[in-house]
Amino acid sequence: MNGYDWTERREPAAPSSRVRIQSEPLPGAAAADSNGHRSVTPEAVFDAQDVSVFYGRKKALTGVSLRIRRGQITALIGPSGCGKTTFLRSLNRMNDSVPSFRIEGQVLYHGHDMYAGNVDRVEVRRRIGMVFQKPNPFPKSIYDNIAWAPRNLGLKHGLDERVEQALRGAALWDEVKDRLKDSALGLSGGQQQRLCIARAIAIEPDVLLLDEPASALDPIATASIEELMHSLKGRFTIVIVTHNMQQAARVADHTAFFSLDAATGEPSGTLVEFADTETIFAHPVDPRTRDYVSGRFG
Amino acid sequence: MSSGAIPDPSAPLTPSGNLRRRQIFSKATEYGATTAAILAIVVLGIVVYTVVARGAKALNLDFVFTAAPTGIGPELLGTGVIVLVATAIAMPLGVLIALFLTEYAGNRAAGPIRHTLDLMNGLPSIIIGLFIFGLLVDHKQQSGLAAAVALAIIELPLIARGSQEILLLVPNSMREAADALGVARWRSVLGVILPSALGGIVTSTVLAVARAAGETAPLIFASSVFDASRFSINPLEALPNVPVTIYTLSEEGNPEGFTQAWGLSLLLVSLILLASLGARALLARSKRKMAS
Repeated sequence: MNGYDWTERREPAAPSSRVRIQSEPLPGAAAADSNGHRSVTPEAVFDAQDVSVFYGRKKALTGVSLRIRRGQITALIGPSGCGKTTFLRSLNRMNDSVPSFRIEGQVLYHGHDMYAGNVDRVEVRRRIGMVFQKPNPFPKSIYDNIAWAPRNLGLKHGLDERVEQALRGAALWDEVKDRLKDSALGLSGGQQQRLCIARAIAIEPDVLLLDEPASALDPIATASIEELMHSLKGRFTIVIVTHNMQQAARVADHTAFFSLDAATGEPSGTLVEFADTETIFAHPVDPRTRDYVSGRFG
Repeated sequence: MSSGAIPDPSAPLTPSGNLRRRQIFSKATEYGATTAAILAIVVLGIVVYTVVARGAKALNLDFVFTAAPTGIGPELLGTGVIVLVATAIAMPLGVLIALFLTEYAGNRAAGPIRHTLDLMNGLPSIIIGLFIFGLLVDHKQQSGLAAAVALAIIELPLIARGSQEILLLVPNSMREAADALGVARWRSVLGVILPSALGGIVTSTVLAVARAAGETAPLIFASSVFDASRFSINPLEALPNVPVTIYTLSEEGNPEGFTQAWGLSLLLVSLILLASLGARALLARSKRKMAS
């Protein structure tokens, strides 16, 4: 994608564009602070341009355009079935395994078209890790859960340190350091989910996609996952799908509100509003956002 | 009361009309099904009892470990070699077929292959024997290897289908987890999916072995003219084996041979039973492991 220009500002349809302008300075400043070498322009890791997704004849997502900035946490919120997860899974091509999946529009990752013919899915996921709704540790030891992917990716040097770093990064080290050889299936749900996060960061991806990572956990485990996200921020770009609005408000720098839109006949998910989190929760522009965050629908 | 009408709510709550007939039918079905289930167990029980009762007489160490005329050691060894070679051929192929069906093929390709395997499973073994006779024995000579190829054809669909069922039990979340780590698919298959399914794959292989060990028809074509007086493990010559020997001994009309045939049958049944039970225990364990 040579034609891509970082200074170019695509202005998507209102109302999100108005909000975008309003929120612009904040992420820019933050990105400059945390990265230093990036001077003024906030760097977009993902730039989705008019993305629509189909499963067979059913349109699941319509015309989503949004930019996800480096080193920050972006939350995708909205009612069930509004395409949040579909959008998230389009960001590392996890949907490719769905037989009838089809995507329109463009997803640029650091300016490269992710769905170009020469793009390899394995390479995509090497850089864009994902953590799922239900903890899914491998039926292996705690150590092997973390070490498996680095081993297979040729990162065999200093494997023990890598495992320790990943577990420390996921705030799990102190709880499991004495039983690394035990089965991961013996951990509690919250520990399993942190193990999955540790497994994802062990290969040092650029981006972490989290698909409702705390929805299967109790409030205490949820709190530890949220704390973890704060500590991972900056090192990784994080995109999180969540049902829980408070969670989005607590962890995210930017929030995208998705909803079902029946305007074009068959209802399909679409992006309603995207802005910094404070704006979405305190001064939403779109009435649908206002209704949703105030609990009047959804 | 006409059918379909709501019954008088004040009538006693005992069965009336149509319901009484349905209850009789229901009872009859229940008893029929129970009887059929008991019958299956009874038939197995009679067979096992007869084999044990008549075969136990023949069993002693000499019988198991020496060659003809006193023992059937070479036959046990020969069947072991033939089944081993057959499994060495059928297991890798079967597992690869199962992997193709579950990990690589789409629905359109998997369906016909699955049906083909089921058809193959129903193929009469005498036809497989004839096929192998034409292919590997006619104009050449009988050999343990020819017998093994025939048994491999019998084992293949059992192993492939059994392994496929087990691979389908591996939760999709494991595949997603592995995919999301940016590891190539074949490494995920080797490192995560196959190990999770290993117990079940071994089980279906053992069950296939148990089935193949007793197959007689292909062996009559491929390995029936042998020298039972010496031990051999050379698969390039006809190997003494259990099923054919059971057949020839019981055809001899010599009471001692008949007893030996029963003894050999008892050994075969015990081995197969042991293998099946072990396999089932293994399968239960691996299913438990996957569920947790």
